[in-house]
Amino acid sequence: MSRLPADQHHAVRLMLNGKPCSGDAEPRMLLTDFLRHEIGATGTHVGCEHGVCGACTVEIDGKLARACLTLAVQVDGCAVRTVEGLAPAPDRLGLLQAAFKRNHALQCGFCTAGILMSLDHFLREVPKPSEQEVRDLLTGHLCRCTGYTPILRAAMEAAAELAGEPAKEKSDA
Amino acid sequence: MPEKRYGMVEATSSAKGRPDPGSPWVGQSIARVEDATLLTGRGRFMDDIGVHPGTLHAAFLRSPHAHADIVSIDVSQAMSSRGVVAVLHGEDIKALTSSLVVGVKAPVECWPMAVGRARYVGEPVAIAVAADRYRAEDAVDLIDVRYNVRPAVVDPRAAVKPEAPVLHDGFGGNVASDRSFRYGDPESAFASAPHRISIDVSYPRNSCTPIETYGVVADYNPGDDAYDVLANFQGPFSIHAVLSRALRVPGNRLRLRTPPDSGGSFGVKQGVFPYIVLIAAAAKATGRPVKWIEDRLEHLTASVSATNRAVSLVAAVAEDGRILALDWDQIEDCGAHLRAPEPATLYRMHGNLTGAYDIRHLKIRNRVVVTNKTPTGLNRGFGGPQVYFALERLVQRIAVELNLDPLDVITRNLVLADAFPYKTASGALLDSGNYQEALRRGAQEGGLAELKARRQAARAEGRLYGIGYTAVVEPSVSNMGYITTVLTPAERRKAGPKNGAQATATIAIDPVGSVSVHVASVPQGQGHRTVLSQVVADVFGLKPSDIRVNTEIDTAKDAWSIASGNYASRFAPAVAGTAKLAAERIAGRLRRVAASQLNTETDDIAFVDGHVGSKRNPDNRISFSRIAALSHWSPAALPDGVGHTIRETVFWTPPELTAPDEDDQINSSLCHGFIFDFCGVEVDRTTLQTRIDRYVTMHDCGTILHPAMVDGQVRGGFAQALGAALYEEYAYAEDGSFLTGTLADYLLPTVAEVPTPIILHMETPSPFTPLGSKGVGEGNCMSTPVCIANAVADAIGAKDVVLPLVPAKLAEIVRGAEPAPPARRTSSTQAKRGGDRKLRGEGEAVVKANAQQVWDMLLDPNTLAAVIPGCHGVEKISGTHFRADVTLGIGPVKGRYRAEVKLSDLDPPKAVTLTGSAEGGLGFGNGEGRITLGPTPDGGTTIHYTYEAGIGGKVASIGGRLLDGATRVIIGQFFVSLARQAGGGEPASGGLSWFARLRRWFGGAP
Amino acid sequence: MKPAAFDYVRAEHLDEVLDGLTREGGDARIIAGGQSLMPMLNMRLARPKTLIDIMRLPELARIERKGGSVTVGAGVRQATLLAWPELGKTLPLVAQALPWTGHVQTRSRGTVCGSIAHADPSAELPLVLSALGGEVHLRSTKKRRRVPAGEFFAGMMVTARADDELIEAISLPANQRACAFREVARRHGDFAIVACAAVATDKGVRLAIGGVADMPVTREFPRLESGALDDVLNTFAYELDARDDVHASARYRRDLVRLLGAELIREVLS
Repeated sequence: MSRLPADQHHAVRLMLNGKPCSGDAEPRMLLTDFLRHEIGATGTHVGCEHGVCGACTVEIDGKLARACLTLAVQVDGCAVRTVEGLAPAPDRLGLLQAAFKRNHALQCGFCTAGILMSLDHFLREVPKPSEQEVRDLLTGHLCRCTGYTPILRAAMEAAAELAGEPAKEKSDA
Repeated sequence: MPEKRYGMVEATSSAKGRPDPGSPWVGQSIARVEDATLLTGRGRFMDDIGVHPGTLHAAFLRSPHAHADIVSIDVSQAMSSRGVVAVLHGEDIKALTSSLVVGVKAPVECWPMAVGRARYVGEPVAIAVAADRYRAEDAVDLIDVRYNVRPAVVDPRAAVKPEAPVLHDGFGGNVASDRSFRYGDPESAFASAPHRISIDVSYPRNSCTPIETYGVVADYNPGDDAYDVLANFQGPFSIHAVLSRALRVPGNRLRLRTPPDSGGSFGVKQGVFPYIVLIAAAAKATGRPVKWIEDRLEHLTASVSATNRAVSLVAAVAEDGRILALDWDQIEDCGAHLRAPEPATLYRMHGNLTGAYDIRHLKIRNRVVVTNKTPTGLNRGFGGPQVYFALERLVQRIAVELNLDPLDVITRNLVLADAFPYKTASGALLDSGNYQEALRRGAQEGGLAELKARRQAARAEGRLYGIGYTAVVEPSVSNMGYITTVLTPAERRKAGPKNGAQATATIAIDPVGSVSVHVASVPQGQGHRTVLSQVVADVFGLKPSDIRVNTEIDTAKDAWSIASGNYASRFAPAVAGTAKLAAERIAGRLRRVAASQLNTETDDIAFVDGHVGSKRNPDNRISFSRIAALSHWSPAALPDGVGHTIRETVFWTPPELTAPDEDDQINSSLCHGFIFDFCGVEVDRTTLQTRIDRYVTMHDCGTILHPAMVDGQVRGGFAQALGAALYEEYAYAEDGSFLTGTLADYLLPTVAEVPTPIILHMETPSPFTPLGSKGVGEGNCMSTPVCIANAVADAIGAKDVVLPLVPAKLAEIVRGAEPAPPARRTSSTQAKRGGDRKLRGEGEAVVKANAQQVWDMLLDPNTLAAVIPGCHGVEKISGTHFRADVTLGIGPVKGRYRAEVKLSDLDPPKAVTLTGSAEGGLGFGNGEGRITLGPTPDGGTTIHYTYEAGIGGKVASIGGRLLDGATRVIIGQFFVSLARQAGGGEPASGGLSWFARLRRWFGGAP
Repeated sequence: MKPAAFDYVRAEHLDEVLDGLTREGGDARIIAGGQSLMPMLNMRLARPKTLIDIMRLPELARIERKGGSVTVGAGVRQATLLAWPELGKTLPLVAQALPWTGHVQTRSRGTVCGSIAHADPSAELPLVLSALGGEVHLRSTKKRRRVPAGEFFAGMMVTARADDELIEAISLPANQRACAFREVARRHGDFAIVACAAVATDKGVRLAIGGVADMPVTREFPRLESGALDDVLNTFAYELDARDDVHASARYRRDLVRLLGAELIREVLS
């Protein structure tokens, strides 16, 4: 058993986007704060800190999670994926990201990281989703800019592309 | 129109390149330059930017009461908490700053933190500054504040009554401003009109609530007596003057910067400014930089809200539905303080109070009131939703009452196509448009005929289906002088004229000839950088990717003015146009440079494909960068009089935006787009939920610069408006408790709730803007809520509908009276009036002790200590007054409270009234209960109790759903413990678990 | 919105959990998926001294079918149960109701037993447990006991669990009989305004209502003519003591109990 006393910092080691990474956290530190301010991975955003808005959605050991409802100490030894891990190379966009760009599926971009993480995870699990399935997934996210239609459109396009249909138009960063 | 369009994703307006090389970039939906950064997590939002080592973090203690005197604040425990550097309260802030200016002439102060008195739930009462946010919040928990609660007023109509509790002594009652206006001859029009049709409506409180909250980092340098502030403020930068005055420094000693990215604003981030004062003051007090990132609970409770408004609107109407005159009576609720720029929400639409209609006679009474709610500020639509909800509901009422088609009533009243520019009765200059054509095309392309057929078919099946319409003008580019319409002409003369709308843009060319653009516009996701790159690329014959745009603001270094910032939909009409003017000014000089280099005339010079060359002889050309860089490398090579081509800043203000005149006519905005919306909705007979079957929105926003972004603005505004229509309300209880403090209570629409609107366009360029474009981003926030309301009213045949259209509110209208309760049952113990959050209940316990023994226990501090749930000790103040320190909790929700218990109406040993109150970190509660003791046949006692209790503060705003149950559990616990102490447990309940008994005792289900 | 300080215990054996609860009682809280507890910690509504994390205990992460019942361990996430291949045929009511619990992104973390422990009267899982007549398996260092759903929920977030007890699992009777579930919320994924589950029984229908009273409430209804059924549903609706809040009025809640109740009873009996 390990008991981590309050008010002390404890080492947290994880695989972040495939690379080993570590930092210190008090037991009460949220994973959002740990990723952003301890590790410096500020791509994961904080919108509500009560699990509703979805901006902080990340993947922990292959499962979607609200980083704001997760303690940093809970991910010790886990593999965490964040938006910083989505692009195939620093100067290129992944297929889903490119679909977002093509379809104007973002405006301010604040909620986008969480939405990308949900979709990235989902499209790997459900290669040929129906629009209703994608809608159901996206109800876990709030976006105030786009009215959602372009997000849905980008998601369906990315799904079609992943399923082997040709992209409408190639677009890289 | 095929059905599938509504649920399906349409593939229109996706990013495209330009169709052929010679065509302009403006008007093309090119990919956004912003996106790659944002999609890869490299955005730099407020909280992503590193801070100076040693920066402290702030957290606020906020008032749990809507209205209360602050009796004392004890910070000693908080100060000794680990990592805490300072705790400041109202008096400290008062010593460090000056009051914020108030937008009307009245001897009223406006502090960003409660000084002596709290006037709304969530008002800052103290700020704790510590090594990190966690510790700052620990300190907040330890600040001990004692309040004396005052009565609160939350309804604007109640606030103007003489008996209402008064918030500020300097206003007349709660009325901060009361002005009447008269245009044309409304009295005669009303006297001669055959019909007088009126409507009374209340527009609710809501907010466009961006997903990124407020953030401020402030530093103070005593050596310079200067502040350096980074905040995700959006403008208008007229607020800079308010800030520097409050911080007691000249404007040039307040450096205000904005981060590169901002996570949405929709007007809301204007409201960060009082926190800039507080965080800057904290930085000065601690001598360290201080950072504060607002959390979501703070944001929902206390950031800013759109105004709620009570409106009585009367129309004088001809037989054919033509409106001859309007009589507006508006009571605008600005919340607890009249913060800059309020009462701007009320006056922004002053020139447009006749909407899209040709109405020459107009009477207006405008009252601005303060109530015990969060102060208001900028919010997408700004005044439009409030005005059009009344005006367009009235138009629908006119159609119903005169048995006309609503679309005919709209059509008959529209400003005619040949009347532009058209001056409205109250002074707005409608710049351009063809409203009749927009209606015609909207109805045709949007499939109105088919929608009517759908309504008919649905109604034949007994379904509740309705169609709603709206026609509105969407103002953009605010006149900086419109707010002075709140002053009388005499007051305005004294204050000096205010007018115009200074926009600014800077174009710079560096030594290798690459072009940079800077504008003072502070985008929050609208894609300004992309559009500016298109506009400037077209002027220079370059590609958008050749242009680098910076939209951050640094008031110490950049060109800016009071109108700078992102609001009033001013980007496309004003800012982008100004960038074009700046680019053209440099291009004009480059043309002369090129002409001299290429031995031709300036008229012969064209900018094409990265080159500057002769139109007549395309081979005679030179690369743009070479010509552009010449000013740096060889100024002597420039023709005489060119000066330089390095940097050009243009300030542009439209001459049409003049100050209000002596007759109170005001051209409140430069441009007026037009929107015609209609929709079909169905109200589900079981759930009473409103489903949008089809929503059509026809826009004329002048020249379209980037079609996909325009559609993005329409979609985004539509989604927020749908929220305002159906889901979103900042709700308050009668006592001023805030009830929607989480995103589980303040309901933003998700993808499941937002249908895809059919967006249609026509383009009538504005003659008043450099690019012919008008604003477009706010229109649906104005048109959509009332359009949906009109459709629902049509569906259910209701005269009055209330926003948001919460299904439960429709129950009486659709279903009539509720089935009666079963005969034996008395009326519900929960019966409540609207807004009354008092919880009532009763219960009974049977104990073995006799009445006298129970009585003695009730008056004995030791017994009370044992029976008050979670009691840590009872202090006896008098024979009938006790004070207790208690920990109360339900499940995991626990908090420590200071409780007072008083006994009155003593009738020993039969009955007593118990009055109690408790106050602690999670909120406060108070209640009154009457206990009656009666003998049982076997010598025991029946303890019967009735109670009425209320809870407010943090728990009310974030756990409202859980509250009533929690209260009942706690009250139940008290009597259960009392019964235990008195040897409780009647034989019949012997076999039941403690919980089952508890359940029965406090009225739960069997 | 940051939690108050607490010790964090990453349990590696069940004994550590039980010992911790015995030692610290109400000052300790179990954290599993965290989807209910973490918001309360962030809002400082809950301030436990110790959090005991049970998610690294494989023995708690099992779904087992034994005889006529399915046992779901305390570490089983909602998404795991939803993806369990036998769910549709053994627990059709759960298969219908579980997609209404939160969102994909919260079901992937949130546990089945965590929702039961939280005892939110609007939550789907406590409703389903009640409708099916399931049991809660409680365990302390001293004893193990099973509490029927009808006795487990005692009020708003109040249950029969003692401070030293761990909810080790729940068990649900495998049920092939007709069942139906319907829920009305303001938005998809929101807390139910009224959630309604119906299960066919030998004598008629067992109807369970969530979102109205302080806990899920079940009632057996015999086969009745529609007029008589309306009367008993009306009585039932009033007995639930519905409340007004910003999302719904008491009357609207009673309307839904009457309407959905009749609809579901008819569906299950047809």
